[in-house]
Amino acid sequence: MSVSIEPTPVEPKQQEPSEALRPHAEDAFADELAALAAQDDRPRPARWKLSPWAVATYLLGGVLPDGTVITPKYVGPRRIVEVAVTTLATDRALLLLGVPGTAKTWVSEHLAAAVSGDSTLLVQGTAGTPEEAIRYGWNYAQLLAHGPSRDALVPSPVMRAMAEGMTARVEELTRIPADVQDTLITILSEKTLPIPELGQEVQAVRGFNLIATANDRDRGVNDLSSALRRRFNTVVLPLPETPDAEVDIVSRRVDQIGRSLDLPPAPDGLDEIRRVVTVFRELRDGVTTDGRTKLKSPSGTLSTAEAISVVTNGLALAAHFGDGVLRAGDVAAGILGAVVRDPAADRVIWQEYLETVVRERDGWKDFYRACREVSG
Amino acid sequence: MTIEERPAGRGAGAGPVLLGVRHHGPGSARAVRAALEAARPGVVLIEGPPEADALIPLAADEEMRPPVALLAHAVDEPGRSAFWPLAEFSPEWVALRWALEHGVPARFIDLPATHTLAWGQREDEEGARGESPLDGDPAQPADGDHAPGTAPAREPELEPEPEPEPDGADEVRIDPLGVLADAAGYDDPERWWEDVVEHRGAGQGDALAPFTALEEAMAALRETYGSGGHDRDLVREAYMRLQLRSAQREFEDGVAVVCGAWHVPALRQKTTVAADKALLKGLPKVKTDMTWVPWTHRRLSRVSGYGAGIDSPGWYGHLFSAPDRPVERWMTKVAGLLRAEDRIVSSAHVIEAVRLAETLAAMRGRPLPGLSESTDAVRAVMCEGSDVPLALVHDRLVVGDVLGEVPSTAPAVPLQRDLTRLQRRLRLKPEALERELELDLRKENDAARSRLLHRLRLLGIAWGEPAASRGSTGTFRETWRLRWEPELSVRVAEAGVWGTTVLSAATAKAEADAVTAEGLADVTALAERCLLAELPDALPTVMRILADRAALDSDVGHLAQALPALVRSLRYGDVRGTDTGALGEVAAGLAERVFVGLPPACAALDADAAEEMRRHVDAVHGAVGLLGDAPAAGHGHLRARWQSVLRVLSGRDTVPGVIRGRAVRLLLDDGELAQDEAARLMGLVLSPGTPPADAAAWIEGFVGGGSGGGMLLVHDERLLGLVDAWLTGVPAEAFTDVLPLLRRTFSAYEPGVRRTLGELVRRGPAAPGAATAAGAAIPGFAAELDTARADAVLPVVRLLLGLDEMDTRNDLVGVER
Repeated sequence: MSVSIEPTPVEPKQQEPSEALRPHAEDAFADELAALAAQDDRPRPARWKLSPWAVATYLLGGVLPDGTVITPKYVGPRRIVEVAVTTLATDRALLLLGVPGTAKTWVSEHLAAAVSGDSTLLVQGTAGTPEEAIRYGWNYAQLLAHGPSRDALVPSPVMRAMAEGMTARVEELTRIPADVQDTLITILSEKTLPIPELGQEVQAVRGFNLIATANDRDRGVNDLSSALRRRFNTVVLPLPETPDAEVDIVSRRVDQIGRSLDLPPAPDGLDEIRRVVTVFRELRDGVTTDGRTKLKSPSGTLSTAEAISVVTNGLALAAHFGDGVLRAGDVAAGILGAVVRDPAADRVIWQEYLETVVRERDGWKDFYRACREVSG
Repeated sequence: MTIEERPAGRGAGAGPVLLGVRHHGPGSARAVRAALEAARPGVVLIEGPPEADALIPLAADEEMRPPVALLAHAVDEPGRSAFWPLAEFSPEWVALRWALEHGVPARFIDLPATHTLAWGQREDEEGARGESPLDGDPAQPADGDHAPGTAPAREPELEPEPEPEPDGADEVRIDPLGVLADAAGYDDPERWWEDVVEHRGAGQGDALAPFTALEEAMAALRETYGSGGHDRDLVREAYMRLQLRSAQREFEDGVAVVCGAWHVPALRQKTTVAADKALLKGLPKVKTDMTWVPWTHRRLSRVSGYGAGIDSPGWYGHLFSAPDRPVERWMTKVAGLLRAEDRIVSSAHVIEAVRLAETLAAMRGRPLPGLSESTDAVRAVMCEGSDVPLALVHDRLVVGDVLGEVPSTAPAVPLQRDLTRLQRRLRLKPEALERELELDLRKENDAARSRLLHRLRLLGIAWGEPAASRGSTGTFRETWRLRWEPELSVRVAEAGVWGTTVLSAATAKAEADAVTAEGLADVTALAERCLLAELPDALPTVMRILADRAALDSDVGHLAQALPALVRSLRYGDVRGTDTGALGEVAAGLAERVFVGLPPACAALDADAAEEMRRHVDAVHGAVGLLGDAPAAGHGHLRARWQSVLRVLSGRDTVPGVIRGRAVRLLLDDGELAQDEAARLMGLVLSPGTPPADAAAWIEGFVGGGSGGGMLLVHDERLLGLVDAWLTGVPAEAFTDVLPLLRRTFSAYEPGVRRTLGELVRRGPAAPGAATAAGAAIPGFAAELDTARADAVLPVVRLLLGLDEMDTRNDLVGVER
């Protein structure tokens, strides 16, 4: 994930200010969680801090009977949160899929915080994630001095979650090598983790569950085996539903990044941002905003995160080489780069889009010209 | 009103058994059957047009398979019609079947269709609906007003979103279900109804209790809202009360009524016969006819665009037919479907999906998992979060492909009637003997005949087959071979499902065909047929689908193939005076896509593919030529853009020689390329650096085939000289390779051209400057007009045009262009 678009956590008001740059969800929203727990009278699954209803309310926001306002953590279809929470309640593992920038990690962190009160049992998946990160490792000093024993064992977050009945999280599951992924199969189906070196095992206690996130555009990296896939209920997190929501996300993030790069603020970049978002959405959805013309979709993801980087790039161009105003020419090259990933197929798609849609659109003449220039 | 108190069939003094239902509600249907079993009435009265009473016995026919619909239509005007669809899970159907199985008389008691259809007519005449009754789709006259039409599919009493009054008399309409659901704290009235009524298991205890409760609720609503804005209901209810009274006189209290829940309190109401009769006085009338027609699940569903209906007939059918554990059975069905489509779905998936659906239902506070829970569970467990397989589930199971059947003994469908009428009017008798029919489309009657035959062909009624015209080839002539086979009557009956008139049926069929068409070319062909059959209402749908297909088709070949047909359609449209604005726009868009896609598609082709692509280039060139004349908004310079595409093609080395040569030739013909430049390009290709095979292909593209290239060589000796010089320079070993190509190129010329060429070659190079002085003039023509020779033609032209001596001069000036 290059750029994340998660909303910045609201600082808790009563608590002493945390030194951490980014506090954990359970700390940042401790008062909301406490209020929910206090008023939650519905049955809770074993070792859950809240009932499933309360977890859904925590994520979607709402007002409690005593007037406490729960801020929405996830803005999107209610159905998604309900299915996710229900999945955890049926002790099935949850797989959150989505293109980069759809708040997968954000949702998984908050789910873990609300269900188990602890979002830190985390395995970050990378191409180099070893088996020890999911099962257990050894403290070699101990091992050499005293031989194999539970004391010499270094448990992984997953193992700890099993022992304590907590929610474990695995980030970027599809980036983990396939053989390491498969260690999860036993954990998820038998709910046990054997330690053959000691002739022992760790059995998951009730309340244990696992939330994994994966990028569904990177399927090719390390696609899940069907055996593992079958252990998960899958929820696909969608891209922002309305153009306005997406424009909002993009401009907010661009503003933040721009400030950290010390770029001067662009006076009226909003129109250009709207245009970039429109182009991205239309090509991604394969249909124009007015719903009248179908389009081919290029091979790139064209996620919100990419739109952000196109605009940031354009701002930098405008600030350093232009007059500081974001114009069509500043974003055209960036858009071309984001859209045309496959030089042959995507270029045709892009040109078709230019000729059939952009050319005829009112007020897009400058954009059309700029794109023609960079497309050559 | 409990059953224990009443001896079977006779509830002394308890009044009739009123069973309020929701149309197409499986729970209602099940409850109705239980209630009828318990009450054992002597007669069953059903909400529906009484004209259909005679058709009731057909419902017991072995060949009758729901979904079917009762169809009422005005005898003189088959386009004015109304449908009462009945599915297997419709309470009315269940009541009907129960009565037939138990030998109990059944009657329809709603206001006769003869009045309801006339109501629709009056509205039309007032011009309120603003659309001809013949053009509306078969289920149209109903709309929001439920008097005629598909209304019985969903009565206003259960209408979640009240539709606007067709006649503009905008009274506030009450959505009774919405009010009740709101009171129960549901935001979706449909869901409330499902939870409270449809998803109830097989009734335990009192079979009539749910109806009593529902009646109380409806009574409360009616007290508050009266007719709720559905004024015609009062008339219908008066009629129903009268019918109920006469049935009671006949059968005492052994009467059961199955009707929309909304009507129940009104039927219970005590009114005088005189008051009811007064309401019914002076109702308009129209002569009507009834029959059964087959129906489909797709038509029951709202998705198909028929205003009224239910979202999920397949799901309802499942709920109704599943003996127990509906969710488990549903998931097994879904798994079966997905497996048949080669998705790996194990029993473990089914188990987990059921668990998830049930937990979700609990979380959402519903008594049983409904369709939305089941769908969410299927998506998360079986479809890996993807909506693609889910769409399949929706299409095949939630809606379903069920097609009803009607016994052949059912009365003729109105389509047949309409056809007979048209045949009489156009004096076109159905005859078993084959005969040929020549039509001159400039005559009105002949044009109407042509339209009728084209429409019938679209409907699969192959009465006439188009034949090649003898003699005249004008676009206004058509020749048909007519032959009426007996089985065509069956076809007409089958086609009755599409509509009640030939026009509306053909329109509906064309739209459906467009949606299911496989390739782009199929849709283009369909568009052509729509124009021929003059179906302006179908055209927008076809055009939309055409544009969509064109946008998504990445094979330039397909696009290039589709373009000429489309442009041809444009011209037909012109001949017949149809509005082809939309068509022109789509054609222009298609051309744009071809322009963008053609250059990359021409790279790296083998000989066969190159030859095919050359044909495409030719076809597109011709089409663009025609299209360039037609006005198309926003696509002004198609011709100029096509020429720039040709220029790109002609200059790109990766493009096969045959296409490059053709591109140069087309540009030359259009006068876009100076002859000098063409000669330069030719010289470039024919220079020693080019492989001989490639050069030969270029020559074939440039002057080959039936393109009149021979004349070009005859008239431009420089080009001939280039070919000649190149040919003599081809090394001996390569000569045998290029010989077949060259032979193909030159053998297509006419003998005269070949001989002239041979003579020219034998004579050797001409004197320099003889033929090349013309410069940029059009090839084959001299630089200036030879007025003496032009004058010689004038008398003939005058004769041909039949012009007067007086204004010959002026008119000829106009003719020149």
